Amino acid sequence: MSAENLQLFEIFLRSKRGLDHKHVGSLHAEDHEQALEYARDVYTRRSEGVSIWVVRSDDICASQEDDSESFYDPSNDKPYRLATYYQLPDEVNNM
Amino acid sequence: MALDQEQNFQAKIDAEDKIEPKDWMPEAYRKNLIRQISQHAHSEVIGMQPEGNWITRAPSLRRKAVLLAKVQDEGGHGLYLYSTAETLGITREEMINALQDGSAKYASIFNYPAQTWADVGAIGWLVDGAAIVNQVSLQRTSYGPYSRSMVRICKEESFHQRQGYELMLTLCRGSEAQKAMAQDALNRFYWPSLMMFGPHDSESAHSASSMKWKIKRETNDYLRQKFIDQTAPQIEFLGLEHPDKNLIWNEERGHFEGSELDWDEFKRVIHGDGHCNRQRVQHHIKAHEEGAWVREALVRYKQKKKLKAA
Repeated sequence: MSAENLQLFEIFLRSKRGLDHKHVGSLHAEDHEQALEYARDVYTRRSEGVSIWVVRSDDICASQEDDSESFYDPSNDKPYRLATYYQLPDEVNNM
Repeated sequence: MALDQEQNFQAKIDAEDKIEPKDWMPEAYRKNLIRQISQHAHSEVIGMQPEGNWITRAPSLRRKAVLLAKVQDEGGHGLYLYSTAETLGITREEMINALQDGSAKYASIFNYPAQTWADVGAIGWLVDGAAIVNQVSLQRTSYGPYSRSMVRICKEESFHQRQGYELMLTLCRGSEAQKAMAQDALNRFYWPSLMMFGPHDSESAHSASSMKWKIKRETNDYLRQKFIDQTAPQIEFLGLEHPDKNLIWNEERGHFEGSELDWDEFKRVIHGDGHCNRQRVQHHIKAHEEGAWVREALVRYKQKKKLKAA
């Protein structure tokens, strides 16, 4: 397999125990195992992570930003889902 | 070997490190977490019933939209928590079965009926208020996925208590009859809300190991006290009578002190003899069975798509 044909992997790092894995970038590799080793070399040279996830980019199903108007539209007119929507007098506002 | 692992595990806990799904953990820790998180998930889902009853009867479109959004949140929170429990190696099906056959519990508060519109306010203010006190503390729990779902839930839930209190305030500034309805709801929901924190620390079966493993960060009695203290001035502001006639401020301790709770009632309701225990579980079973065709259709659709692709 030529380098151009290697699969694309997305890399996620957990910087510290207790935190979510966060997307940090992508790389090409033959398989999961190699992707993991590459990710270690490329993304954690300064102890940026305690745990790495590698996911084949093909396996990611993503929403499209162009669709966002119709995709998220129903939330925009529902401000009552936010705590700040409810005006309470100062004496009891601490809840 | 096992001893080293256990020491290593406890060392992580003592150092305030989180435990993540693939870490080694004692079997009892895993079991304790599954019990607590699934119970928490069941509470979210069963908790949709008392309030859900009022969606069609909300007095205005605004109140209806708010209540609908709140109940929808509870369903979402149940989902976060079931998924969290699944990271420990239990399946959704096992958990649902345990709820339906009665071997898993949920918060006993949801076995009390929501009889009036004011109950919707009291539930948001007191029941969600008590849940938030508990959940804020659980944001620091030692199990990473549980901690993260608590952070998300607390963030989303901050409006639940406020909408409940706002509802109560509106009633209390309304007619005499509306204020009386608010007082009645407070009188009925105050005590079971205090029971939500569980038995006294001295009686609590799971507290010792839960504290050692930092699954729980604060004790039942500590959290209950916190809730009593924050609620008393809120009751006063509404201009309602405090349901606990023995409540006094202890200057020395800096806390309110009140009556002992009716622990017999607590036990009765936990063990299935509350007003709505049977109804709540039956309704869950009915909804689950009536949704069977949807689950079946999903499987069939997937099979068909696979055939088409082949």
